[in-house]
Amino acid sequence: MTIDNKFLYLAIILSPLVSSIIVGFFGWLIGKKVSHSLAILGVLISTIGSYIVLYRVQFEGLYFNGILYNWLTVGSQSFSVGLLVDKLSSVMLAVVTSVSLMVHIYTIGYMAEEEGYQRFFSYISLFTFMMLMLVLSNNFVQLFFGWEGVGLVSYLLIGFYIKRESAIFANLKAFLINRIGDFGFLLGIGLILAYTGSLDYGVVFSHMSNFTHAIMPGTSWNLITVICLLLFMGAMGKSAQFPLHVWLPDSMEGPTPISALIHAATMVTAGIFMVARLSPIYNMSHTALAVIIYAGGINCLFLGVLGIVQNDIKRVVAYSTLSQLGYMAVALGCGAYSVAIFHLMTHAFFKGLLFLAAGSVIIAMHHEQDMRKMGGLGKYMPITYITMLIGSLALAGIPPFAGFFSKDMILESAELVHKLGLPGGGFAVFTVYTSVIVTAIYSFRLIFMTFHGEERFRHVDNHHGQDDHGHHAVEPEESPWVVTLPLILMAIPSALVGWFAASDFVSNKILSGSVANAGWFVTNMQEEIVPLKMVLEGFTHIPVYLALAGILIAWLFHKNPKWSDKLIKAIKPLYVILMRNYYMDDLYINLFAPIGRAFGRFLWTLGDMFLIDGLIVNGSAKIVDWYSKILRKLQSGYVNTYATFMILGIIILLTFCTRLIFA
Amino acid sequence: MIGMNHFLILSAILFAISIMGIFLNRKNIIVVLMAIELMLLAVNFNFITFSSFLHNIDGQIFVFFTLTVAAAESAIGLAILILLFRNMRGVNVQDMTQLKE
Repeated sequence: MTIDNKFLYLAIILSPLVSSIIVGFFGWLIGKKVSHSLAILGVLISTIGSYIVLYRVQFEGLYFNGILYNWLTVGSQSFSVGLLVDKLSSVMLAVVTSVSLMVHIYTIGYMAEEEGYQRFFSYISLFTFMMLMLVLSNNFVQLFFGWEGVGLVSYLLIGFYIKRESAIFANLKAFLINRIGDFGFLLGIGLILAYTGSLDYGVVFSHMSNFTHAIMPGTSWNLITVICLLLFMGAMGKSAQFPLHVWLPDSMEGPTPISALIHAATMVTAGIFMVARLSPIYNMSHTALAVIIYAGGINCLFLGVLGIVQNDIKRVVAYSTLSQLGYMAVALGCGAYSVAIFHLMTHAFFKGLLFLAAGSVIIAMHHEQDMRKMGGLGKYMPITYITMLIGSLALAGIPPFAGFFSKDMILESAELVHKLGLPGGGFAVFTVYTSVIVTAIYSFRLIFMTFHGEERFRHVDNHHGQDDHGHHAVEPEESPWVVTLPLILMAIPSALVGWFAASDFVSNKILSGSVANAGWFVTNMQEEIVPLKMVLEGFTHIPVYLALAGILIAWLFHKNPKWSDKLIKAIKPLYVILMRNYYMDDLYINLFAPIGRAFGRFLWTLGDMFLIDGLIVNGSAKIVDWYSKILRKLQSGYVNTYATFMILGIIILLTFCTRLIFA
Repeated sequence: MIGMNHFLILSAILFAISIMGIFLNRKNIIVVLMAIELMLLAVNFNFITFSSFLHNIDGQIFVFFTLTVAAAESAIGLAILILLFRNMRGVNVQDMTQLKE
């Protein structure tokens, strides 16, 4: 059976959009069942299509780079909707659609009781569409469209519980912080357009080498570095890199399926994807790569540490996402773009899984998210427990789970950069190695607190007031199959994907032609990767023992609850700093937000009130009024006055006419 | 020797007088009518001048038509004037400012 490729691409992109529109506008009419079936059908078509495309691209050498539709032409510059189907986008397609499909199915169970069921499905289908646009674009404008589109849906979904004040605060925060990043991103795109005269990836890449030594006019900055940093600013916003990370923990206000889909697996990795996609440009600027290493390193270690002190189950996973995004950024900074994409892929599976499992726990706990009120759930919900354990093992990088491979590759890349003496190498090595232990601590602290030990949910005070849930009189039980099926389906790749993909990603076979790893990485990573050998060798290297040590620490603290109290007392000031997110939120709320507001007020009074309202709108009315007061006097009512003006007019006209004619 | 220019200047003077009659007159509307008549006469004077000096009879024929039309027009003008007088109880130009409202 052969399906026309172009038709296939369109089906992949448009089917989620169509189902989103139908469910969004007519959801009230067609009911819950039809709505979720339609949404799932749309994504299912996309998923199947994506896997066909993945197969054809990887094994049959399919490649497509063309324009589907010319949107508008300004001068000689045309903006078009185009597709670039190559190895990178085919991998991303498969990741995005599979996670999206899992989340769609899972949502049936998670959102069953919620208001706005159809709206939710409409949003996540729309999200899938936007993400596919982003991934498949062959030019910067469409990339930006998808970029903003996913941002918009993220905003809508963080604030899904529209009646909850904290949700509204969180979505506004996410939106505003992303604006900062997008501002840089847009400037970067503008610079690219100004210098290369094109927005098409291929053309831009081929032109960029002309500007290797170009500097920004009026400064001594290297042009490419400036472009790279501006674009990375966009990635910092979207992929929540320090210091633009503050929105991600708050985004947990959204329903859990969203946290899995948008804020773990796909949208937040858009920044990583973008840098990998633009690897030919980034390879030209060592400075930009060093900055990426530092940003990633900070995320990786310092934000990962915050995960240890959190008590909200979703926030732990959220901080872990920040930390893992940091890993990816470090890999990017090391020039190992394909490794970053590898980690992106494994992370999409295991972090999506962790979020979904956390959601399953939350369902069982009747929407209680505080881990201090859980415990001992392992025997009530075995499927959730086992899948989450697999996810955590993958996250901690224990061989042979997927995370081990990708993380080990990142560690090796960092070491390589350090060995070559490139900028940021030392910092990269320090942060990624330390984070291994941190990752293990927080992920297993979560496992132990939630699934092991005392069943604390039994004697929790009823803080819901007159809520009908009360003392959890009902025993916690395993979630329905629509929830556990995605968990199982996500656990499989979380456990196994590393075996199949590791060597292809490191040798860049899987992404060749679309992602260009830095020269030093290519020359130093010639060795063939054999998964089994890698696993066995893993036990002779430090990282695995670091991870095991982390698990041990988590277990010791779990067995001796008094230890943590003592520790907290001993490092009280540090603990407070950690709990307050390094005072970053306070910094934004108390420093940047007031400055922004003051600036806004200044523009409002000067620009709006004074210039526009005062001078232009009311001012023009005043001028008309003033003139008319003078001109009114001419309206005497005497016919002969009118006649006079008539004659004068005729004389003036005649004078001019004769001058024109006889000139 | 009296040439064409003199006649034309005379006609221009007549025309100017009549215009001033319309512009400046604030008293009697009959004067306005008279000024209009005078204006037509000034034009007629031009016609006759050119006709005589250029030896073309057309101008003089045209004058007859003009005079006829002028007579008819002043008849209508006077009729309007009478109506105006009935309504306004006067023919003072100063009072006729209805257009203002």
